Amino acid sequence: MACLKVLDPGPMTTVQDLGRYGYQALGVPISGALDQISAMIANWLVGNPSGAALLEATFAGPKLEALEDVWVCVTGARALMTLNGREVEGWTALRMKPGDVLWIKRMVEGLRAYIAISGGIDVPEVMGSRSTYVPGKMGGLGGRPLARGDVLERLGEVRISEPITLRPELRPRWQREIELRAIPGPQDDHFGEGLEIFFSSPFVVTPQSDRMGCRLDGPPVPRKPEAPQSIISEPSMPGSVQIPPDGKPIVLLVEQTVGGYAKIATIIWPDISRVAQARPGDTMRFVKVSLDEAHDIYRETWNQLECLRESLGAPP
Amino acid sequence: MPLYPAPVYRIAGDRGLLLELGDGIDPHVNRAVRKMSLAIEREGIPGILEVIPTYRSILLVYDPMRIRPHEIRRIVSQLDLASSEATLPPPRKVEIPVCYGGEFGPDMEFVASYTGLTVEEVIEIHSAPLYQIYMMGFTPGFPFLGGLPQVLATPRLPTPRVQVPAGSVAIAANQTGIYPIASPGGWRLIGRTPLRLFFPERAEPFLYRPGDFIKFRPITPEEFQEILKRENSSGLP
Repeated sequence: MACLKVLDPGPMTTVQDLGRYGYQALGVPISGALDQISAMIANWLVGNPSGAALLEATFAGPKLEALEDVWVCVTGARALMTLNGREVEGWTALRMKPGDVLWIKRMVEGLRAYIAISGGIDVPEVMGSRSTYVPGKMGGLGGRPLARGDVLERLGEVRISEPITLRPELRPRWQREIELRAIPGPQDDHFGEGLEIFFSSPFVVTPQSDRMGCRLDGPPVPRKPEAPQSIISEPSMPGSVQIPPDGKPIVLLVEQTVGGYAKIATIIWPDISRVAQARPGDTMRFVKVSLDEAHDIYRETWNQLECLRESLGAPP
Repeated sequence: MPLYPAPVYRIAGDRGLLLELGDGIDPHVNRAVRKMSLAIEREGIPGILEVIPTYRSILLVYDPMRIRPHEIRRIVSQLDLASSEATLPPPRKVEIPVCYGGEFGPDMEFVASYTGLTVEEVIEIHSAPLYQIYMMGFTPGFPFLGGLPQVLATPRLPTPRVQVPAGSVAIAANQTGIYPIASPGGWRLIGRTPLRLFFPERAEPFLYRPGDFIKFRPITPEEFQEILKRENSSGLP
């Protein structure tokens, strides 16, 4: 069912779901929404299951015209946006009638907005996922970002009939100074003094950041003198922080499967959303947590998310 | 003996556990990796979401709500590895034409001077072996190949390139591989293949899989253009 027409795609808007699992052994990265928490909540607010395909818009959003009666919801970055020229807010299901125009002009706080439509976006599944992986030209709309004139099809039924909103105190705030909790490893043993520097210094997000990795600038993080310059290439998790020979950390994200530089630490899953929302020029600081602490935080985060989903009446 | 007596576990964040089975890029270690990965997959351990075998290590992605790392370690230590030996698929041999040096291999001169060889010698030595695919990763279908002659070992770039062209054939330390799609990369580029390597719509999306063998065949720039033309037209209906 034709649902939304793209009047303006924005600088970088792609179709994503929660990712493509099972093909990393062939080098096919997970892809998927970078800020998974915001993506899931966007879906829940329009009555979708967590993994329905939605839009991820970076820096600025698209301008979309409704072709049918539809509910949409924008989460993630706080965006300056209008519906038929009137300012509207995020984290709220918005009703659009044919001819209505939603324009996400720019992000005010954070970097990436998630735009869910009730029923989810209908694009073919490629290797089990609808996520766009632009470098591999696969998934989403023909493996590319949205373009002017694209028509987004709706996959499932519209499940909601009245506006739902997320209470303002539950909405995340995106700060310009970001604290990220990280577990040392897998190669923390390659770093001595470097660990001290990494866990005590501010690092600045550079513009050379994308869905593959977020490159940081700051004091170089040295390896132990006896540690090798590179390691035997091995798989990496999203959120792992690799240290190349120049000592400038790179936070690996969802478009990378393996790498050959030592990884000093791995950011915990609940904090990856903050990396996704970091803008060039923002400051990151890393806080050391143990694996046990990280698992307590993980369980607590998921329990809260489950409660939220149930309270919104969304399917799993 | 590069194979460890028992796997070494490394923590890869709150959802990843890395098993290291040995040190070095070695056919025995890599075979042990593929065997153990198969055994773990066959065991179907609830809470393990993905098993990613590489040169000498396996990344297990798990759901911390369903399984704890010490439980994974216990199950893995009790696996019967002998029975998965027979089921490793038989390897194939895949030939990859490569135009070495020039505009396709911007680091060829560096590799030659670093290794103290002539460009011709680098080409001859690099295209001689049958390389086994020890793993695929980094980008879709990037084959990491074992058996690079030690004399060609050259360190990575100090700062990775932002964009490496698709088809680039490259060296990093004692590894060699192919960039199937354009991507950033820190390896030294010595040549390029005109073959298309990735077909996401197909049931078998790549020309090769881990365990297969690759043979590089040196070609001229003219042959490169011919094959490229053929590759581009074969995609049309």
